[in-house]
Amino acid sequence: MAVAVLIEHLQKNYGNVQAVKDISFTVKSGEIFGLLGPNGAGKTTTIRCLCTLAKPDRGKIQVGTVDAVADPKAARRRLGYVAQEVAIDKVLTGRELLGLQAALYHIPKNSIKERINQLIKALGIEDYADRQSGTYSGGIRKRLDLAAGLLHQPEVLVLDEPTVGLDIESRRLLWDFLLQLKAAGTSILITSHYLEEVDALADRLAIIDRGKVIAEGSPSELKDRVGGDRITLRIREFTLETEANQAKNLLTALPFVESAIINPSQGNSLNLIVKPEAKVLTQIEQSLSEVDLPAFSLAQSRPSLDDVYLAATGQTLMDAEIAAAGTRDVKKEKKQQMK
Amino acid sequence: MSQSVSPNQINSILAPNPSLTQQSSIGSSALGNFVQETLALTKRLFIQLQRRPSTLVAGIIQPFMWLILFGALFSKAPQGLFGNDMNYAKFLAPGIIVFTAFSGALNAGLPVMFDREFGFLNRLLVAPLASRYSIVAASTVYIIVLSFVQTAVIIGASAFLGAGFPNAIGLSAIALIVFLIVLGVTALSLGLAFALPGHIELIAVIFVTNLPLLFASTALAPLNFMAGWLQVIASLNPLTYAIEPIRYLYLNGDWAVSSIVMSNPWANISFGGVILVLLGFDALVLLAIQPLLRRRFA
Repeated sequence: MAVAVLIEHLQKNYGNVQAVKDISFTVKSGEIFGLLGPNGAGKTTTIRCLCTLAKPDRGKIQVGTVDAVADPKAARRRLGYVAQEVAIDKVLTGRELLGLQAALYHIPKNSIKERINQLIKALGIEDYADRQSGTYSGGIRKRLDLAAGLLHQPEVLVLDEPTVGLDIESRRLLWDFLLQLKAAGTSILITSHYLEEVDALADRLAIIDRGKVIAEGSPSELKDRVGGDRITLRIREFTLETEANQAKNLLTALPFVESAIINPSQGNSLNLIVKPEAKVLTQIEQSLSEVDLPAFSLAQSRPSLDDVYLAATGQTLMDAEIAAAGTRDVKKEKKQQMK
Repeated sequence: MSQSVSPNQINSILAPNPSLTQQSSIGSSALGNFVQETLALTKRLFIQLQRRPSTLVAGIIQPFMWLILFGALFSKAPQGLFGNDMNYAKFLAPGIIVFTAFSGALNAGLPVMFDREFGFLNRLLVAPLASRYSIVAASTVYIIVLSFVQTAVIIGASAFLGAGFPNAIGLSAIALIVFLIVLGVTALSLGLAFALPGHIELIAVIFVTNLPLLFASTALAPLNFMAGWLQVIASLNPLTYAIEPIRYLYLNGDWAVSSIVMSNPWANISFGGVILVLLGFDALVLLAIQPLLRRRFA
């Protein structure tokens, strides 16, 4: 399959801060690729290098067959970029901003008007297009920014944390729209620190931590790699410890069960990690009924991306987020980005 | 996102279009692209001006106040102090024309600086601009048009205050001089907007440059009124080279490129000579900001 974006051994320092140490990944043509990681992991720096806003200190960046470092102008033509903080001129109306954008991408003059109308329609901002964008809500601003990014029909759309600060309805709409966009053939690179966002949208993803890729693959591949499905079993609503122990011993003996622990904080429920085989639940139910133990509830789930992150870094994404929040100098980062 | 668009339509609207994105500027030259993007960026500045006209209004009120206040300040000066046939209104008008144009041009970098700070500049920098100098060109066109409007108003107001009116050729010569001084100063300000860390620093530079350059020029008083050392500084100040020929045009309907329009401590300079000095100033500034712009535009 053709390659939409190729990043190899990317390295970028700001002063003595290593924002990106060694990042490599490939976005295949026509897929949604997610970059997942806590704030400060190097996602935005990677995106800035890709979109030719920053020069990498080292490494290779390719958009399609174009070397983005050697020929940034050709790369810019193929990329649509939707930044995290939507920079729209408050005084301009949405339509005027799109008009400016069209000229910056040299869309032929005779097709500009029609193209702008198409995008305004596709993003459902007809009612807002002729108002000054300073009056827009966050969701509408984001849609306008998306329209601007798609105006020149780029091969690759890059979105940096597209749903931060959006309400749930706008987020839903954005997700649906990105899936439509993918169906139309556009390759999409999206960064996020929301697990469920990457899980819901991405065909493949790379998890980034402290400037490095720590895992790459499809969500299900990565989850399979950490191994096993998660099973939560409650024998009764509140299970006696003796019964829980009995069930634990019984179930650990089953060939597909890898580990089992009793969780006292949830009424002595049992948390199992099992090999993802077929009919696991039926077999568990059978073993239980053989010794006349009931099953109040029994649920199977795949490991989440958080389990993947946990397995790779030893902490959950949430913990990393909290730890990073204390050490970041947001003002300083903003200054760097102006450079 | 809208119900009114069928999936098929969506598909054709959103699908990538390699013919649009891959080939470099189909059917249009690099120059055509440069003009397209420069015009669009200039249009943005004028839309902003139209919806937020306060800077222009202030930019017209301020020189008006200069004319009235400075005029009143020296209204009882002995007749003939500023030269034969010269009332102070006539003397002052060229100074205010040049100073107003200069102030406007000096502020040219501020919008660019705010675009940098708000991230709007990134929108321009990720676009495949034919040349990023279109950003500079748009600001320059905008400032020059604004300066011409201000100049016209000042000339009108001065005529009303008794300065008289230069003839048509004189007016075009004034336009040329204003253009040259604005070009150099705008370029300088834009260079600073890309070089300095933020708008606080840019405003500080504007602050320490603006009025001192006014007082160290012949805008308010002739060279021979000044202390020797200030005469030297005023004779190095590009503003003086814009003010003096305009003053000459105000006094003399009859002039030629070879007319001596000013004298500094070292030489008498003709109208043509002054234009050359201003051209030299522009060339010097444009050369000096090259490395600043290239660092960011490379």
